[in-house]
Amino acid sequence: MLFYAVRRLLYAIPIGIGVTFIVFSLVHIAPGDPISALLPNEATQEMVEQARREYGLDQPLLVQYATWLGHAARGDLGTSIGSGRPVASEVAGAVGNTVILAISAGLVACILGFLLGIVAGLWRDRPVDHIVSLITISGVSIPHYWLAILLVIVFSVDLNWLPPLGIGPDSSGGWRPDWPHLSHLILPTIATAAIPMAVIARTLRASVVDVLDQDFVTTLRAKGLLPRRVLWHVIRNALPTALAVMGLQLGNMLGGSVLVETVFAWPGTGFLLASAIFQRDLPLLQGTMLVLSMFFVLLNLIVDLVQSWTDPRIRRA
Amino acid sequence: MSANLARLEAPLPVIPDRGGPLQPLLAASDLSKTFRLSGGFFGGRKAVHAVDGLSLTVGKGETVGIVGESGCGKSTAARLISGITPADAGEIVFDGETYWTPRSRITAERRRAIQMVFQDSASSLNPRMTLAETLAFGPRAHGIPTASAHAYARDLLAAVGLPPARFAERYPIQLSGGQRQRVNIARAVAMRPRLLILDEPVSALDKSVEAQVLNLLVQLREELGLSYIFISHDLNVVRYISDRVAVMYLGQVVEEATSEDIFATPKHPYTRALFASRPSLDPRHRVKAAPLAGDPPDPIDPPSGCRFRTRCPIAESLCATVAPPLDDTAKDGAAVHKVACWAAVPGSGHSLAAKPLERVQ
Amino acid sequence: MHGTLGTGAEADIVETPAVRHRSYRAVVLRRFVRQPVPMTAALILLAIILSAIFAHYVAPADPFQTRVAQRLAEIGTPGRLLGGDELGRDVLSRLIYGGRISLTMAIAPVAIGLFVGGFLGILAGYAGGRTNMAIMRSMDVFYAFPSILLAVAIAGALGPGLENGILALSMVFIPPIARMAESVTTQVRSYEFVIAARLSGASTARVLREHVLSNVAGPILVFASSQVSVSIIAASGLSFLGLGVSPPNPDWGLMLSALRQSIYVNPWVAALPGAMIFISSICFNLVSDGIRRAMEVRR
Repeated sequence: MLFYAVRRLLYAIPIGIGVTFIVFSLVHIAPGDPISALLPNEATQEMVEQARREYGLDQPLLVQYATWLGHAARGDLGTSIGSGRPVASEVAGAVGNTVILAISAGLVACILGFLLGIVAGLWRDRPVDHIVSLITISGVSIPHYWLAILLVIVFSVDLNWLPPLGIGPDSSGGWRPDWPHLSHLILPTIATAAIPMAVIARTLRASVVDVLDQDFVTTLRAKGLLPRRVLWHVIRNALPTALAVMGLQLGNMLGGSVLVETVFAWPGTGFLLASAIFQRDLPLLQGTMLVLSMFFVLLNLIVDLVQSWTDPRIRRA
Repeated sequence: MSANLARLEAPLPVIPDRGGPLQPLLAASDLSKTFRLSGGFFGGRKAVHAVDGLSLTVGKGETVGIVGESGCGKSTAARLISGITPADAGEIVFDGETYWTPRSRITAERRRAIQMVFQDSASSLNPRMTLAETLAFGPRAHGIPTASAHAYARDLLAAVGLPPARFAERYPIQLSGGQRQRVNIARAVAMRPRLLILDEPVSALDKSVEAQVLNLLVQLREELGLSYIFISHDLNVVRYISDRVAVMYLGQVVEEATSEDIFATPKHPYTRALFASRPSLDPRHRVKAAPLAGDPPDPIDPPSGCRFRTRCPIAESLCATVAPPLDDTAKDGAAVHKVACWAAVPGSGHSLAAKPLERVQ
Repeated sequence: MHGTLGTGAEADIVETPAVRHRSYRAVVLRRFVRQPVPMTAALILLAIILSAIFAHYVAPADPFQTRVAQRLAEIGTPGRLLGGDELGRDVLSRLIYGGRISLTMAIAPVAIGLFVGGFLGILAGYAGGRTNMAIMRSMDVFYAFPSILLAVAIAGALGPGLENGILALSMVFIPPIARMAESVTTQVRSYEFVIAARLSGASTARVLREHVLSNVAGPILVFASSQVSVSIIAASGLSFLGLGVSPPNPDWGLMLSALRQSIYVNPWVAALPGAMIFISSICFNLVSDGIRRAMEVRR
């Protein structure tokens, strides 16, 4: 176990280097001189010179990368062109809101996905299975940003039950789990949870069917074990797969958040990214990407470790 | 029904003999292969010594059987000798000429001299090719025009007992196991090789079909003057077809002798155990206890000295320290009978070994 | 002397009755057509694609012609059957024309991913060893990004435009297709018929072309086809963020983004472009599912 953990940890290092290098390259694949991408249009000649020196833009690419990574490690992600504030503080202000949305959508997706998947798997090829499969195939095919707009049309425009935009009243006071804030959270949660829920339900159904077909379940049933006990065995055997999928979907929710947060004007990292793109604010784009992708790498690492802990077969692989 | 293959008009030329009848067709020496386990950046240093210092010669027209438990390295040995899996060390000499060394490449023209027949399975034939296409592939690769390669393929089908009118356009899925194995053999023979390596060629077949395929192999050997390396775990089949037999244990040859000798007087304790485990039809000779208890040791970490000592009934302290060499133990004038066991080496110090002093007296 | 062999072979042949020789492709096609749901989805897709290609003949109006009187016209307005957009252009015509850009932007990245990823994966799988390691580990790096995020970031850095969008999305689809291609190739490479082909002395290129490719192409194609539905959502998502084509070009994502501003006036017209994305995506999903099922022919 420890051996696997260390190996997996060491494996994350080259991946992390590759990921940061791609994020670093974003500024360089942008058309034009990277310096013009990094500084506002009205930058003075001195500012240009200073930035050139600071980022070592006259140095070879690898040296520039090392310099940039060094800055990033110390929490210096550059200055946002749009707001003029440090990128790090912009991102820090947004991360919390994204985490709130991710946790809420993650919970909904897991609970609903788990239930739907197990129900469909246990009653395979019955009407309930067909209904679930209709839900899941719609779930993975629906553009979540369109779902978000539909939700706004139904619940905000038509019924006027829930607010269509923002995170809640008094954005300066911070987020609290009270009704005004929760009501703002409901629609973004549903829109974000749709795809992961469908994927989790699908995977879980498949693994439940798989487990039910295995000899040991037949044996358990033949031994007269109560259905509830069988169910427990089924869940325990399907759990590692479910965990892995949930972890990956949590990461994909971070990606999907760009669009959902844009629709709902939810002030998270995705919204930040979208506004960075809209204003061609490359330092902000780069900084947000760095934080999000490092978070994703870390998440993958945790998922793998947790999965190896719940499923001993992986450790030996 | 079956045409004589030797008289068949083959588009590929016969590989001429160079060294004469006494020159061994194949002489493989000291072949070793280690498989690294669990790749990845920091994959462990675990390694399986699949084949360790294997030497084997095959005479012209001779059939050498290789027997052993599953996992003893028989199949790896086959792939090393064919050159399809490069060994880590060793050398293969074919008809007096170097065929393979760790630094050499086998040219396409020379490669066809050694062909393989695999155990029948769903993946032994390309499921997307008709039988004619499968058989024509090799000759086409050697520059034979498609039309004549296909005509040759049909002749080959006829030669292995599959009427081309009915079989040429079939896909492998439409064949029985025995029919598939005939095609496997035809595919190998199509290259006009001099040596066929047969890796468990009849193990997956029913007994009745097995006999037909064995007959076909015997017939082809005579008609085409082929040499065989015949790998099997079925001792009766090996005894039937082989002139000489090598017994493998954990990647090494432990005994090698003529078929007659080895079945009459097996000398290595492993060979004896292996032969004893053969089910007998005679109820008076039924095996009562399993002669070989337990699984073979882990090839990742083989035992020191003699590899068989952990399961050997006559192991002594000497066996744990030094590995016995594979040496000839035959009396003067008799055929070579090599054994790697201290008990067979006079004066080795093993309590069952002949004392050299007594001999002198 | 060979008499025994002859009779033996006869006995062996009689076992199998005459089998009709039907090619694998024909079997798969027959099995696909017999499934009602995927077949319906395929027909719907065909209708969408054909009407996009022949939009000039199908569309009732010029998709660029603005008409102030019909700004945000309701569904059912004469001349604006599915309503008018913020500039009074015919939404129905723009939806029909929009398929051109939206579907191109969705299918092209998967096609590029299929060629590049398929090539890299087959190479890695067949070569094995260090080549495999180098290729697959670099793919892992791209895998370490949430997929849409990577496309958004690359397209965001490159700037708006159809080509940039396609390029960004290609980077998303190359790694998974390469991974899939690598795993099937590694498996096929170990099959005895490939070893026999190599033993015959055929060149690597010939073995790959005649033995490996025909056996890995199916699974890789099916996997790639399953990615198209993902690509449709991602491509329209990029357009939605303003990273695809620029106005006034008709594109579903772009239309959705523009009509969104008027949901209080004309909510259901705003939902239409999204419905097109959804229908196309779900149909591609069902078709790819159907192909996969049709290919599960016993070997």
